[in-house]
Amino acid sequence: MHELDITQSMLDLVLEEAKKLGAKKVDHIHLVIGEMSGVVGESVEFYFGFFSKDTIAEGAVLSFKHMQTQARCRKCGEVFALTNSNWVCPNCSDSNMEILTGAELYIESIDVE
Amino acid sequence: MQAKVLKNILSVNEEMAERNRGVLDSKGVFVINVMSSPGSGKTSLILATIRRLKGRVRIGVIEGDISSSIDAEKVSQEQVPVVQINTGGQCHLDAGMINRALDNLPLDNIDLLFIENVGNLVCPAEFKLGEDKKAMILSVPEGDDKIYKYPLMFTIADVIVVNKIDLLPYTEFDLEAFSQAVKGINQKAAILAVSCTTGQGLEDWVSWITSNLQPQ
Repeated sequence: MHELDITQSMLDLVLEEAKKLGAKKVDHIHLVIGEMSGVVGESVEFYFGFFSKDTIAEGAVLSFKHMQTQARCRKCGEVFALTNSNWVCPNCSDSNMEILTGAELYIESIDVE
Repeated sequence: MQAKVLKNILSVNEEMAERNRGVLDSKGVFVINVMSSPGSGKTSLILATIRRLKGRVRIGVIEGDISSSIDAEKVSQEQVPVVQINTGGQCHLDAGMINRALDNLPLDNIDLLFIENVGNLVCPAEFKLGEDKKAMILSVPEGDDKIYKYPLMFTIADVIVVNKIDLLPYTEFDLEAFSQAVKGINQKAAILAVSCTTGQGLEDWVSWITSNLQPQ
């Protein structure tokens, strides 16, 4: 979903951070992407290759920490992954839950010189 | 060296959305972002609401579509201020587009602003616009399993309106099962069942709106 815009936004943020740090080169960008965000890592890498040309982030390695859509059962406290079409607690079968992870879309850190 | 960043990639849009909130709050405008698949009934619901609230609440509308002004033309026939945004290809509205549209609305004379988003259950869920509430419409013919296919949209909604309930006898839509599934992952959302065609349930929708307008 929108990997082109997202990659451009991500690069802009990275270059802004790198500038604040007085960096000459960005070697590595650590990203956190939740399952529910719908963002595809390979597409981000593809666009990054274009957009980062002639910037200090050219050639930087992109790492993706993928976050599963996880929920906590409000009845028994069990933490479990949401999959397929029947979202009930695998422990007590209650359907009341709190979504913990899965919607992330952020830059965790960057490695610079 | 490694430097922590911890910045949301969509932070530029979020910052603009906050700016929109600032402008709208200062003018006392309550904003509802209306989202759904194409054809679920966003425009129909907005038109039905205008007809029921006219004279009581001053309404404005921002219409979002990839192209055409069909929806804005329908709304302008109800004599309310309306702006049509044509995204030209982007499948959702973003805060920047709303920011520009606000310049073309008489905000001093609007209490309630509907933003009709582009028909899409995916991307609008990610892009804040500066709204007070997020309304999501699911229509009966779409089926009751969409919560599993588009979980983010159902998680972030403040109200979920099931439209076209007059078609329930002709489908396998299980309203009870759907409501239970929604309540499981989104305890805060109100769930309303309506038919814009027959008018059934629309008074509850109007009550939901007016109860949210009270604090203004």
